[in-house]
Amino acid sequence: MTGTAIRVELPAHLRTLAKIAGHEVQVDVAEPSIRTVLDALEAAYPMLRGTIRDQVTLERRAYMRLFACQQDVSFDSVDAPLPDAVVRGAEPLIILGAVAGGS
Amino acid sequence: MAQVRVLVGTRKGAFVLTSDEARKNWQVDGPHFAGWEVYHLKGSPADPNRIYASQSSSWTGQVVQRSDDGGKTWNPVGNKFAYDGVPGTHQWYDGTPHPWEFKRVWHLEPSLTNPDEVLAGAEDAGLFHSTDGGQNWSELSGLRTHTTGSAWQPGAGGLCLHTILLDPTNPKRIVIAISAAGAFRTDDGGATWKPINRGLVSKYIPDPTAEVGHCVHHIAAHPGRPGTLFMQKHWDVMRSDDAGDNWHEVSGNLPTDFGFVIDVHAHEPETLYVVPIKSDSEHFVPDGKLRVFRSRTGGNDWEPLGKGLPDRDCYVNVLRDAMAVDKMDSCGVYFGTSGGQVYASADSGDNWNAIVRDLPPVLSVEVQTLA
Repeated sequence: MTGTAIRVELPAHLRTLAKIAGHEVQVDVAEPSIRTVLDALEAAYPMLRGTIRDQVTLERRAYMRLFACQQDVSFDSVDAPLPDAVVRGAEPLIILGAVAGGS
Repeated sequence: MAQVRVLVGTRKGAFVLTSDEARKNWQVDGPHFAGWEVYHLKGSPADPNRIYASQSSSWTGQVVQRSDDGGKTWNPVGNKFAYDGVPGTHQWYDGTPHPWEFKRVWHLEPSLTNPDEVLAGAEDAGLFHSTDGGQNWSELSGLRTHTTGSAWQPGAGGLCLHTILLDPTNPKRIVIAISAAGAFRTDDGGATWKPINRGLVSKYIPDPTAEVGHCVHHIAAHPGRPGTLFMQKHWDVMRSDDAGDNWHEVSGNLPTDFGFVIDVHAHEPETLYVVPIKSDSEHFVPDGKLRVFRSRTGGNDWEPLGKGLPDRDCYVNVLRDAMAVDKMDSCGVYFGTSGGQVYASADSGDNWNAIVRDLPPVLSVEVQTLA
């Protein structure tokens, strides 16, 4: 470990896809932001590439949301620092599918 | 002893159904990729243990899965489908320009000879190629950049490339179909393409005999006669005997010539199957009766097949990729419905039984005949 360990909570479908046991993973990043955490997550679990953000544009997929400390940070700058509680490991960065109908 | 493996893609996962050559007792495995839409699965003709699956979700996008053990275990492979260059626009439903955007893979077509080579038909219409078992994909962009591409419009299900036919006698020839652009063919391995829609008449478009713009639902061919193509168009069942250069209608006495699926008997190149559907708005079988129609004359003369199928209160649809045939001596025919049933006939359609009745809505059915 050379950076900051960030807890990331993933939705069930992506945990299954990545064969992750439990609700969370940890990724190690030097300067914690949404971008660096997603970069590290995709490096550790390449099968998640394209599932949270577009592989070409790196834009967040429309129905994926990111929460931190009970706040929706989906529309924050991907380069903004993450909340202190997430950096300290007290809270996870939560990635989840938007509640958008269903069938 | 020979085996049959039926690969079923549904709205909520994939299922693998297996039986011995009697095709009476079936083992049902699944759901694989539970909760995800599985538009299509198909096995490699060169290595039946190699199966590719298209797994997608509106939330988390496109994943391609590969099995190397006949569908027992799966691993995700590459899912980066990037159009070549600046993709430009096609026409939207209202006729305005709309950017080309990758949405999902509708159909996977493994090479006839190389298990690591596979084609993927995408929405928005594009054809992608992998030569490393699905790890990396590149676009055969000569299709999308055809001079007519900017005029292509989506069908109700999207601008989807849903049919890919490989020619066993000519590795450079590929036939594809797009809703609602029509059918196209390459004779140089995918570098250049030409529309093959002469003879199609679509009364719902401004020019009913236009070069492109036809809502082709599916095309099938017998592998021993690849120059003879059979098409279920939005309306009309069509036939071509010159690899798509010219088409003529063979709807004949069908109760309705609307439908999605069409397939050809494994041993009789003039025996066809369709499932007529009531349209334009209902999209279920007519009169509450599920019937497969068979022609033993290459079209025009059709007979209803209903022994073992529902005679009343049935209002299902059968989607474009949801019918397939096996290669047993007595040809098996299989199809899946929007109601979650997968029906099988082990005698060319004379008698039917449901393998399963309560799957999620079926999107695709493919069959592997295993020695």
